Amino acid sequence: MSENSTSRRDLLRNIALSATLGGVSAEAAQHVHHAAAEEKKAAGVYKPKILTAHEFKTMQRLADLIIPADEVSKGALDSGAVEFIDLLSSQNPEMASIYTGGIAWLDRQMSKRYGSDFVTAKDEQQTAMLDLIAYRKNKSPELDAGIRFFEWARKMVADAFYTSPVGIKDLGFMGNKGMAKFEVPAAAIDYAVKRSGL
Amino acid sequence: MQIQRSSPVYDVVVIGSGAGGGTMVKVLTDLGVNVALIEAGRMLNPAKDFKEHMWPHQVDHRGSGEGGAQYFGKQQWGYFSAPNGYWDMEGEPYTVAPGSEFRWFRSRIIGGRTNHYGRISLRFADYDFKPYSRDGLGTDWPIGYEDVSPYYDKAEGFIGVTGTKEGIRSAPDGVFQTPPPPRVHEVLIKKSCDKLKIPCIPMRLAVITKPTNGRPACHFCGQCGRGCVSAANYSSSQVQIFPAMKSGRLKIFTNAMARELITDGAGKVKAVSYIDKETRSERQIRCRTVVLAASACESARLLLNSKGPGHTNGLANSSGAVGRYLTDSTGYGLAGHIPALENLPRHDSDGMGGSHMYIPWWEWDKKEKDFPRGYHVELGGGFGMPGVGSFHGACRTHEGYGKSLKAAIRQGYGTTIGLSGRGEMIPNDKTFCSIDPEVVDRWGIPVLRFNFAWSDNEIKQVRHMHKTFTEIIETMGGTVLGLRNPERESSGISVGGTIIHELGTVRMGDDAKTSPLNKYCQAHDVKNLFVGDAGPFVSNPDKNCTLTIIALAWRTAEYLAEELRKGNV
Repeated sequence: MSENSTSRRDLLRNIALSATLGGVSAEAAQHVHHAAAEEKKAAGVYKPKILTAHEFKTMQRLADLIIPADEVSKGALDSGAVEFIDLLSSQNPEMASIYTGGIAWLDRQMSKRYGSDFVTAKDEQQTAMLDLIAYRKNKSPELDAGIRFFEWARKMVADAFYTSPVGIKDLGFMGNKGMAKFEVPAAAIDYAVKRSGL
Repeated sequence: MQIQRSSPVYDVVVIGSGAGGGTMVKVLTDLGVNVALIEAGRMLNPAKDFKEHMWPHQVDHRGSGEGGAQYFGKQQWGYFSAPNGYWDMEGEPYTVAPGSEFRWFRSRIIGGRTNHYGRISLRFADYDFKPYSRDGLGTDWPIGYEDVSPYYDKAEGFIGVTGTKEGIRSAPDGVFQTPPPPRVHEVLIKKSCDKLKIPCIPMRLAVITKPTNGRPACHFCGQCGRGCVSAANYSSSQVQIFPAMKSGRLKIFTNAMARELITDGAGKVKAVSYIDKETRSERQIRCRTVVLAASACESARLLLNSKGPGHTNGLANSSGAVGRYLTDSTGYGLAGHIPALENLPRHDSDGMGGSHMYIPWWEWDKKEKDFPRGYHVELGGGFGMPGVGSFHGACRTHEGYGKSLKAAIRQGYGTTIGLSGRGEMIPNDKTFCSIDPEVVDRWGIPVLRFNFAWSDNEIKQVRHMHKTFTEIIETMGGTVLGLRNPERESSGISVGGTIIHELGTVRMGDDAKTSPLNKYCQAHDVKNLFVGDAGPFVSNPDKNCTLTIIALAWRTAEYLAEELRKGNV
């Protein structure tokens, strides 16, 4: 980060200098633009817009549990899932209360059961809790709020992951390219027809 | 409110720019007629308005809309769809009579609903024009297939429609471009239909597969619904209106909401009064003739709101039939899970935007069924572009979390198919639109009130759909997942208006006592008034209406131009 910042500062200084000498070159201007983008990327620090640092960290842990990295692809943490949830929540109080309320519920349950909040609990304590709220069969007055919250978290984490380049690759979606001629691989047809028994 | 009169007198003023208005503009300007087109919405700019080829991750809300509106059912249509309109429009209400359920889709932009529609282009069958003669229900058209067929030829030749010659009476062959081959799930559905002795044939879509009239062939990205920047699919905006703008014979008025037709002492229309939305002032355009192509219900509304001495009941309405005989197509869809498609070798299945195959009605000559008329079936499936909501069903079905959820979504991707029936509704006395005397829109124009009721005919028809779709899904080894569109078909049949095939409100007929229009879609009462949308339809066969709107408008435009030339109107 610091290296990039330095180079950007240098570029800006050079541009300021060249401007006084009569004009900014297009390349120089583009360099600044590029450097700014790189800086943002390298920094990698997203500042939550509405979630507190604790809430954000809790959602990160949940996102990682919902869609973890596996042998095929990285997980939801790398897909901007929590940023997505934070951003939309910052624009919509109804959504924000689903998450802030849900996280508070989760922490209270965890502290009752294990004496710590969700994010600092042991892995097996976290999954024991999720094993309860990830299934409708566990519906009960005690768990309903958690089940509803987890349904929201799961579907939005999935949306963020599968719309990200990592998720698209994981699924093997190959479209959105356009093609001169539409063809269907014979192997794919054979595969499905054989399995269908038709 | 200040009234401004613009001085020129146009040969024809066309109200509305969708399939009917666009065709009118194209045919009339080609024939040398000066046309003014008024459209209640803005100009379309495909380069800016269409989100073709955009990925969800290119917007920070991923397509769910500001604040995730989609999650709360508050997003109109899809974020990536072409500008299209919706059932609810700010400042433009309509009302629904107690006991009825109806949703009225409107569009306010050059091109209207054609910017987005499904492009399904099916000819009516010969028997569709004579329904009363066949089963004693509804009313025969004053014209037959032989009258419309030459205009189907012209329409298909000009807009470009895919298809194959099949020789099926319920699905007459036309002028077709080569269709793309079926996708994998469509091959399975076809094989399943073969076993059940149900026809399944290449879809007829208004998408070109060879360069046509300066438009490049389809590039098979599957995103017709987002609007096609290269105009490889039909929209009246890109295919008819933009080219006509170069003719020097077309003047377009946008953001112009038609309010009323003004008549002279002889009972002919002399001007169209409209609200200029930008200034909220009323203006008038003078005309020799007028064509209503504002959509069936909007055209009926305009006639009913045009009251004057000698027509206190609305213009061209001595029959009292304006607003009556309203129908929408029936809609019912099932989704199925097909295990044979699990872990299918990945490939690009985008193709044309929509089904490559469809099921035309096959029991048209069967006597012993328990409902009249029929339906066709549209097919869904394939590896769709992942979007917000694509895997909510999988999350709900699998539940849980972690690697097993991820594996389940991967395995289930592309294994869901959809079958959607679109069937014929027979006009009934309980279904019509009229003016609500108590409510006006934001421009002070009285609004429509809808009465709507399905009859037993339609209820029995959708039961037949349910049985058929279940058989097709199970024959290919699949299981029925449930309704394809639970939000609008939870009662077992679509809510009226949600299939967006509303028509019949200004019907044609030889008898001026029972029909507002003659067989050329010209008002019996007002010789210089024509209707060019789906208002003139006498019945609503199991074929989506757009191709017939284009064919009828083409026929009406030629007749109108000839009558103008002869000085008859």
